[in-house]
Amino acid sequence: MTAEHVTTEHAMTEQTLRSRVLGVMADWSSDQRSFKSASWGKAMMWIFLVSDTFVFSCFLISYMTVRMSTTVEWPHPSEIFALDIGGKKIPLILIAIMTFDLITSSGTMAMAVNFAYARERKKAAILMLVTAFFGAAFVGMQAFEWTKLIHEGVRPWGNPFGAAQFGSSFFMITGFHGFHVSIGVIFLLIVARAVWRGDYDVGRPGFFTSRKGRYEIVEIMGLYWHFVDLVWVFIFAFFYLW
Amino acid sequence: MTDASVPQNVAPPPAEVEDVELYHAHSWLTKYVFCQDAKVIAIQYAGTAITVGVLALVLSWVIRLQLAFPGAIPFIDASVYYQSVTMHGMIMVVYMLTAIFLGGFGNYLIPLMVGARDMVFPYVNMLSYWVYLIATLVLVSSYFVPGGPTGAGWTLYPPQSILTGTPGYDYGIILMLVSLILFIVGFTMGGLNYVVTVLQARTRGMTLMRMPLTVWGIFAAAVMALLAFPGLFVACVMLLLDRTLGTSFFMPSLVELGERKDYVGGSPILFQHLFWFFGHPEVYIVALPAFGIVSDLISVHARKNIFGYRMMVWAIIAIGVLSMVVWGHHMYVSGMDPWFGFFFAVTTLAIAVPTALKVYNWVLTLWHADIHFTTPMLFALGFLVTFVNGGITGLYLGNVIVDVPLSATLFVVAHFHMVMGIAPVLVIFGAIYHWYPKITGRMMDERLGKIHFWITFLGAYAIFFPMHYLGVLGMPRRFYEMGETAFVPASAATLNIVITVIALAVGFAQSIFFYNLFRSLKYGAPAGGNPWRAASLEWQTPETPPGHGNWGAHLPVVYRWPYAYSVPGAPEDYLPQNAPPMSGEHSP
Ligand code: HEM
Ligand SMILES: [Cu+2]
Repeated sequence: MTAEHVTTEHAMTEQTLRSRVLGVMADWSSDQRSFKSASWGKAMMWIFLVSDTFVFSCFLISYMTVRMSTTVEWPHPSEIFALDIGGKKIPLILIAIMTFDLITSSGTMAMAVNFAYARERKKAAILMLVTAFFGAAFVGMQAFEWTKLIHEGVRPWGNPFGAAQFGSSFFMITGFHGFHVSIGVIFLLIVARAVWRGDYDVGRPGFFTSRKGRYEIVEIMGLYWHFVDLVWVFIFAFFYLW
Repeated sequence: MTDASVPQNVAPPPAEVEDVELYHAHSWLTKYVFCQDAKVIAIQYAGTAITVGVLALVLSWVIRLQLAFPGAIPFIDASVYYQSVTMHGMIMVVYMLTAIFLGGFGNYLIPLMVGARDMVFPYVNMLSYWVYLIATLVLVSSYFVPGGPTGAGWTLYPPQSILTGTPGYDYGIILMLVSLILFIVGFTMGGLNYVVTVLQARTRGMTLMRMPLTVWGIFAAAVMALLAFPGLFVACVMLLLDRTLGTSFFMPSLVELGERKDYVGGSPILFQHLFWFFGHPEVYIVALPAFGIVSDLISVHARKNIFGYRMMVWAIIAIGVLSMVVWGHHMYVSGMDPWFGFFFAVTTLAIAVPTALKVYNWVLTLWHADIHFTTPMLFALGFLVTFVNGGITGLYLGNVIVDVPLSATLFVVAHFHMVMGIAPVLVIFGAIYHWYPKITGRMMDERLGKIHFWITFLGAYAIFFPMHYLGVLGMPRRFYEMGETAFVPASAATLNIVITVIALAVGFAQSIFFYNLFRSLKYGAPAGGNPWRAASLEWQTPETPPGHGNWGAHLPVVYRWPYAYSVPGAPEDYLPQNAPPMSGEHSP
């Protein structure tokens, strides 16, 4: 009885796997579209993100390489990234808040996508604004962290705590990531405005592209936003925890 | 596949995506300058690329003049020489070849060949061109800043590239890096368009395995570029920071002119890895579109289907994948763990397998074919010869032991000019002669075309073939002057003079091509819609040159592959991709 049960279940998973593989093959050997469920915009964003992954990977691998090749001791992250709060040094507290902030923003973004598809325009727009706010707060905290480190004498070309490459990599990588977040915030604001006004219901043409937008753009924004969030997790792990 | 008597795919599946709305230009400015039509963008890309290409050609004369008549020409001093070598190499590889294959032919041919109205995001596509234009302007502007352009060599290796001894230390290197970063940003916008258009915007009946190999080559190259350019992007950003902010990513502590620099503890080898992670795929980014185009030229002008179409597609994919993991063969002389050397040598030589397969298939396509020696066909055949030549010397250089003495000699210069200099340029010429009638509605002059071909082909051979010999003699590459060098016989100097004279002549002879190009605009014989009787979709447009939106009211429907030549029983000797199936027909 049980044995039979197990075999049928086994057969079933095999069946679904097989049919899935066949499904993908059928899609790729069909005409018109290779990703049947993805619109042009979504496909483009995914492929862009793959390319951007390579950019971030190159940055992070380069950082690891210089960290290992430099002859001077690497500054201790838990000391450098500590904040004095109430006379006590709390390591990594700011980063913890920043990470929490960014992950929360991913949550509000996901909710915005959901409401956009439900055509609850106001809710979607407000959630996007909230997301943008969290993003802006993240960049703000990053600016604070940069200021603090600069006051302590950390420069791209050197610092009092150890290897010069510490400052170089830190400013370069967090700067590049912060740039991504800032771009995201700007586009969130633009899309939130369009959603609020109902541009996608009346088919108002875009200012630059002069094409009609669709609610899907919210989801595409979401893809980007989650990606930027995910990248941060890696930066956090490799830069602050190593 | 099931029943031979029923034509397959009589009715391809219904359209999955509604027809797109296109931007319709209202003014001269949006129609010809800030234009979102891929065909116009293609011409803008190609025009810019050819213009800087001519600049690079002139720079190669500067190099050659110095090598033949050392010190005889007053304005060519060591700095000018190195600046010319650098700018020549960088412009040719990145700003000319990459831009013309992907931005030029990619933009023109992809939408037409897959049956789309335009690229998927025309606005982004337009931005791509303008960013590219700015990148070239920034690059060229380095001629007008104090110190001139950088002389670091197109590989820009630090530490030397950002030290004061290198020409262009002040601004040239900065402009070069900024320009490359802009180029990559611009390319990414275009590249995403090319990839998504191929994947998601094909017309009904156009399966991936019915795409012309041209589209396959450009598609694979665009994917590779999207994955490889990040390496260069990161390298440029970091080198720029090293130069401007004094960071030490790539710079070890060093003493220059008795003065200790502030750099400390960086890794120059890291730059080489990043650079070649881009640099090697780059070779195939220009080669794969050339492969694809050549396949189509050969097939059309030999009136035969391409031999082993599926093999050709898989070979393109295999080459694309393999070439992402071979970059280390450029770093044999930088020293590496023998096991890495072994890995990179093996993968490098493995690429020869799919590449050789392609060459065999081209040759087999020609076998017993009805070859028309038109100008495009001649250029395609010229490509085959130079490519095989360069490919064979590539096998020499792929082996660590052979590479170490030959690297940094003219042998390497001969090798890469054969395989990625001359070969793709011949394809570009062939492709222009081939598609010019579609783009302008007129034919280019065949007689001038043939004269142009023979001068260019034989001339290029005469220039680069002797360089193998000079390389084996030990003539170093990137040397301003040899002075008294015992191992180089006097005859080598004579040979150098011969090469230079031919190089100048071949360079000037290109004016035949430009004369033909512009004259035919007005006086060329009217071409009609399909002068080569070609089967692929771009020749089946309702108008020639194709109008805005390419296809008039209805998108074409595709019933077969693009190589239906010499079909028995067909009314003509070919069947266009969109002609309804004949009864009993059985094409893929
Ligand atoms: C008219 C045809 C051409 C001539 C006469 C020519 C000549 C030369 C010469 C003499 C050198 C310098 C060799 C040395 O001393 O290091 C050189 C370098 C180079 N050429 Fe060409 N070339 C031509 C076309 C091309 C094309 C089409 C490409 C495109 C791939 C190209 C790519 C390069 C590169 C990458 C370098 C190396 C630059 C460096 O060392 O930094 N050339 N060429
Ligand atoms: Cu290589």
